[in-house]
Amino acid sequence: MLTRLLAATALAALAAAPALAQTPVKIGVLNDRSGVYADISGEGSVVAARMAVEDYKAADKGLKVEIVSSDHQNKPDVGASLARQWYDRDGVDMIIDVPTSSVALAVSQVTREKNKAFVNSGAGTADLTGAQCSPNTVHWTYDTVALGNGTGGAMVKRGGTTWFFLTADYAFGQALQRDTTAVVVKNGGKVVGSVKTPFPTADFSSFLLQAQGSGAKVIGLANAGGDTINAIKQAAEFGITEGGQAIAGLLIFSSDVHSLTPKTAQGLVLTEPFYWDLNDATRAFSDRFAKAFGGKKPTAVQAGVYAGVIHYLKAVEALKSAKDGGQVVAKMKEIPTDDPLFGKGTIRADGRKIHDMYLFEVKKPAESKGEWDLYKTLATIPGNEAFRPMSEGGCPLVGKS
Amino acid sequence: MTTIFGVPMQALFGQLLLGLINGSFYAILSLGLAIIFGLLNIINFTHGAQYMMGAFVAWMLLNYAGIGYWWALLLAPLAVGLFGVILERLLIARLYKLDHLYGLLLTFGLALIIQGLFRNEYGVSGLPYAIPQELSGGQRLPFMFLPNCRGWVVVASLVVCIATWLVIEKTKLGAYLRAATENPTLVQAFGVNVPLLLTLTYGFGVALAAFAGVLAAPVYSVNPNMGADIIIVVFAVVVIGGMGSILGSIVTGFALGLVEGLTKVFYPEASSTVIFVIMVLVLLVKPAGLFGRTA
Repeated sequence: MLTRLLAATALAALAAAPALAQTPVKIGVLNDRSGVYADISGEGSVVAARMAVEDYKAADKGLKVEIVSSDHQNKPDVGASLARQWYDRDGVDMIIDVPTSSVALAVSQVTREKNKAFVNSGAGTADLTGAQCSPNTVHWTYDTVALGNGTGGAMVKRGGTTWFFLTADYAFGQALQRDTTAVVVKNGGKVVGSVKTPFPTADFSSFLLQAQGSGAKVIGLANAGGDTINAIKQAAEFGITEGGQAIAGLLIFSSDVHSLTPKTAQGLVLTEPFYWDLNDATRAFSDRFAKAFGGKKPTAVQAGVYAGVIHYLKAVEALKSAKDGGQVVAKMKEIPTDDPLFGKGTIRADGRKIHDMYLFEVKKPAESKGEWDLYKTLATIPGNEAFRPMSEGGCPLVGKS
Repeated sequence: MTTIFGVPMQALFGQLLLGLINGSFYAILSLGLAIIFGLLNIINFTHGAQYMMGAFVAWMLLNYAGIGYWWALLLAPLAVGLFGVILERLLIARLYKLDHLYGLLLTFGLALIIQGLFRNEYGVSGLPYAIPQELSGGQRLPFMFLPNCRGWVVVASLVVCIATWLVIEKTKLGAYLRAATENPTLVQAFGVNVPLLLTLTYGFGVALAAFAGVLAAPVYSVNPNMGADIIIVVFAVVVIGGMGSILGSIVTGFALGLVEGLTKVFYPEASSTVIFVIMVLVLLVKPAGLFGRTA
């Protein structure tokens, strides 16, 4: 009797186990793997996505997760056709990361057409949850409005009332300049000029000279990655900061500051949603990440990939299917977010993920205790102040409420 | 203040000077390309990667061996030049009898491999290379602040360019080289070791690229993509100057740096394309390039 009962239980367990592992989920990490944003996102984002799947224990929860990755080369046409190919041919359910705003906007469009899900971590443009918002897109890590609010507001309050922008000549740079200008003007400052620089650019000396000539108190860098690194390095070379003008790096990641070293970057004020040394949870994650990734600490974008994948898997688990991207994203908005890196938060109806942002200052060489000891925290900007109110974004999904 | 087309004179001078500095890099790189193409008939697409290697070797010398900038200016070109010599012996020498395209494909592939290896090892954010003590600081000119290390780039590249031009045009060695490209069989019959001559020429062209890389190390960040970013522009410079023309590559290198600098003042958005526009215009009027000889 007992043996028969045991055998029956074992059989039932056998039958149940495959049923549990029946929800296939295919995640595509699409980002820059060779160009100026490869250190910000790149292979590190794939590592973060894998860690998320492991930490979520997806296999135990009946999800069979597969991760693929590819290089969009920062070109919108390449990104859009890769996305299309993934959705149509390879059965990808969700695309994550996608730095470079122009590519992100294109991928968002394709995702909507195919009714899949798109969680953006890498791109900046606030249009993703504004005029071009989509029911299939979640914008996770940061956006141009939050950056402008953080750094722009802080610089004006420190007396930087006149601004000159060096703007990367594509969707992201233009959005960042527009959104920061709004903050500067609102706080009583004035923009005296700007120059659009080709993307990417190795030599910023001409543009810096124009900025210097403008006499503006603050030179705003509306660019990212390698462009920002070159601009800051060359600004030091031309004695711009010594001459009394301040540099505002509107989008800077810890990997950029690490490359510049505190010697060149000291005193820079910047806004980020994540820094590896924020609290015990971020430190623990970052140590594990560094072990898996050649000693490098995660950037905010890579952290956003980790948190985004975890939250996405929660929604898929609840629905028991990843096939209808629109439904999954709706579910993601329904359940509150909670992860070790960004803490508790929500996703708004327009797709904007809300969490705190931080205002950091780059440490002086004497204060920095190690290769990755880069920032000190100046202020925490609560999520509802950092991001643009939904009513001002002009997202058609939420009407004019 | 006097202005030209709405731009203050002073700002204009500053931009011209900066253009000249960028032009120095173009000149030295296109000179190497022109020598290799003129004498070996190889379109050396690895040139950008070799420029990048020059910068990286300088960085490695400093960080692993404590050898500073000035020695790096000598040692890095030697090391990378040696790499070029090996490359020529192993691979490129086998292609001389084939169509140009094979050389182009080989060197292009090599460039991708080299850049990929460096990218995997060092990432794309770039490595810091401090400006050497002797070159830190700068001159306060009436119209701009000129960092010493950039002024030095102009001087160094002018000296190297002129010296190279003199060697090729005015010395016996240069005469052999030029003769060997015209008629290798005949020159070989006179007892000159032509294959060795070609190997050394390739090595020298590569060393020039590495030299430019060392000059660039403190000015830009040392970055695996630095060669890929500049090589297309340099090829345009070579084409405008006339493929294989030594003097043409030097003069157009500096001149196009100036044109680019001016574009950055009047219409910055076009500064990355202006050289290609000029290339189209020049090729329409003079298909062999400004200094090229029509075959």
